[in-house]
Amino acid sequence: MTVSGGKRRYQKRYDRLPTVLLFVLPAFIPLLVFWIYPIGRSIFLSFTDWDFISPTYKIIGLKNYLSLFKNPRFFEALWHTLVFTAGTLIPTIVLGLILALLLVRSFKGSGVLKFILFSPWITPTVAISIVWTWIFKADGGIANTILTALGASPLKWISSSDTAMLSVIIVTIWKSLGYAMIFYLSALEKVPGELYEAGALDGASRWRQFFDITLPSISPTTFFLMIITMVNSLQAYDQIQILTQGGPSGSTRTLLYMYYQLGFQEFNMGQATAVAVIMILLTVALSVLQFKASEKWVHY
Amino acid sequence: MSEIILKHITKEYENGFLAVKDVNLEIKDNEFVILVGPSGCGKSTTLRMIAGLEDISEGDLLIDGERMNDVAPQHRDIAMVFQNYALYPHMSVYQNIAYSLKIKKVPKSEIDKRVREVAQSLGLEGLLDRRPGQLSGGQKQRVAMGRAIIRHPKAFLMDEPLSNLDAKLRGQMRVEIADLYQRLNTTFIYVTHDQTEAMTLGTKIVVMKDGEIQQIDSPANLFNYPANRFVAGFIGTPTMNFFDASCEETGGQVVLQTDTGTIRMNDKKAAALKEGGWIGKKVAAGIRPEHVISAKDGASKVFEGEVGVFELLGSNAIVYLQTASGRMVMNTTDLREYTHGERVALGVMEDKVHIFDPETERTVTN
Repeated sequence: MTVSGGKRRYQKRYDRLPTVLLFVLPAFIPLLVFWIYPIGRSIFLSFTDWDFISPTYKIIGLKNYLSLFKNPRFFEALWHTLVFTAGTLIPTIVLGLILALLLVRSFKGSGVLKFILFSPWITPTVAISIVWTWIFKADGGIANTILTALGASPLKWISSSDTAMLSVIIVTIWKSLGYAMIFYLSALEKVPGELYEAGALDGASRWRQFFDITLPSISPTTFFLMIITMVNSLQAYDQIQILTQGGPSGSTRTLLYMYYQLGFQEFNMGQATAVAVIMILLTVALSVLQFKASEKWVHY
Repeated sequence: MSEIILKHITKEYENGFLAVKDVNLEIKDNEFVILVGPSGCGKSTTLRMIAGLEDISEGDLLIDGERMNDVAPQHRDIAMVFQNYALYPHMSVYQNIAYSLKIKKVPKSEIDKRVREVAQSLGLEGLLDRRPGQLSGGQKQRVAMGRAIIRHPKAFLMDEPLSNLDAKLRGQMRVEIADLYQRLNTTFIYVTHDQTEAMTLGTKIVVMKDGEIQQIDSPANLFNYPANRFVAGFIGTPTMNFFDASCEETGGQVVLQTDTGTIRMNDKKAAALKEGGWIGKKVAAGIRPEHVISAKDGASKVFEGEVGVFELLGSNAIVYLQTASGRMVMNTTDLREYTHGERVALGVMEDKVHIFDPETERTVTN
């Protein structure tokens, strides 16, 4: 009777299909409409010469990609993307951890301090960036006032191609620092105090305890923050748009900003989507790299 | 070789709570000292002060004659086994055991040799590559001990090391710890709330209550000569029966008079009662369940009880009775079935009666 039993099970599975769909579809339909279809469509568009406006387009194969690979602007943007990602990722993680270590023991006003440090994260990037354009003003901006007060020579910040990337990086770090701090705070609180006591009795100095106990214990959080910060950095647009518009002379043009310029300023949507596809591949590649590396240093 | 001396040690927390009050304790080399008491009695705090994990508010801690109050834990040369084992979760068993040697920069070959020795002595050879998360409670316990042993420390501190294990494993590990003590020949300081562990492992037991030491003695003395009513009640299972009695002298014989009978005092007890001026006064008396006997066995009737619950444990039985002097527990080897509601005349082994001052609860005579 195994055959009919198997058949019944088979039927039963399909009997349940409407119920399963009922639960899955509300989540699946938006995913399909707003995510999977657009990705597929973008990939398709990257093989066309669509100009964003005309109703017609030609399929031109890999031409968009080939011309990108011949374009120094593309490699410049790729380099800027990597600089921006590394330049925001490492300081955000390191400084976020330092802040968390300073604030993990509560003291009078530490709650308020935590909130203040976290607040940039919940403030719209556009608003933050507008304020930072004032801070970065070459004449009379707070940044230069502080530099002069410290005896250093003032910088041109966002109006010079030498310092524009640095400025955008500073704003981005400042914004995401509190976010990293909050995650580290909760991770640090979860490290059992007994581990430090055992470490102390085993002869480990505070410094040693930090490296041998704290860092491995919070490594899942570090890994999570690395992925999130990386994705955020790859997707950074608002602050670049408000602060520098990719300039001066392309010094803050990242891949995403290049995509925007190609698609919506130069009306070369085909090539713009090619950039977008490359960005997806880059994100996937960096994520895979991190996941692979994480097996060595992340302890769950 | 190590001698640990606690002189007037006091621990006061910032909120003013006195966890440990004026503790004086001398631990000689190679002693197995047990700190025992109900939770909140200050035993763990005392241990942690010896380890250097808690500051000492007042008093002196001397290890081998050297004052250690302000010496960091890593410089006290003491190893500790924690209640929750506190194994480093991201390190393998091998790395956990080797960690202290690695910090001391002991050569790798030496570390390897010692780790394998320790692992072998604890039956951990097959587990060296595992992470703590993949171990059972008993295995974790062994790793925690291995981590302590490998250092050859001056003293082992153990904070309720068996309390997270199930009853069977606890018994097994207790024997292993006793065995370890025999092999290592070092000072052990062991905190527990379990009096069985205390009685079976310790060469010296320190009974604590409310931050104060109640009695320091050998297991046998603690059982036979408790210093006060608390110790008498804390040590021994089932706990000692307590009842009120009046002390009287009739015709040269000192007796304790209960509501339903009399207990004759031997010369030693009589002398102590007379000397303390207890004749004609109320006293608190105690008798262990194993010293309560059926009055039929030639003992004179002291209590008359009604059987409540009867627990047959195999070689002995525990009978819970209600008497005019309160609840009485009898631990008997007479394995006849007692039935609920049955009336039983009870006697006591008169030499085994403990007498306490009802006010101060101090022992008058044992």
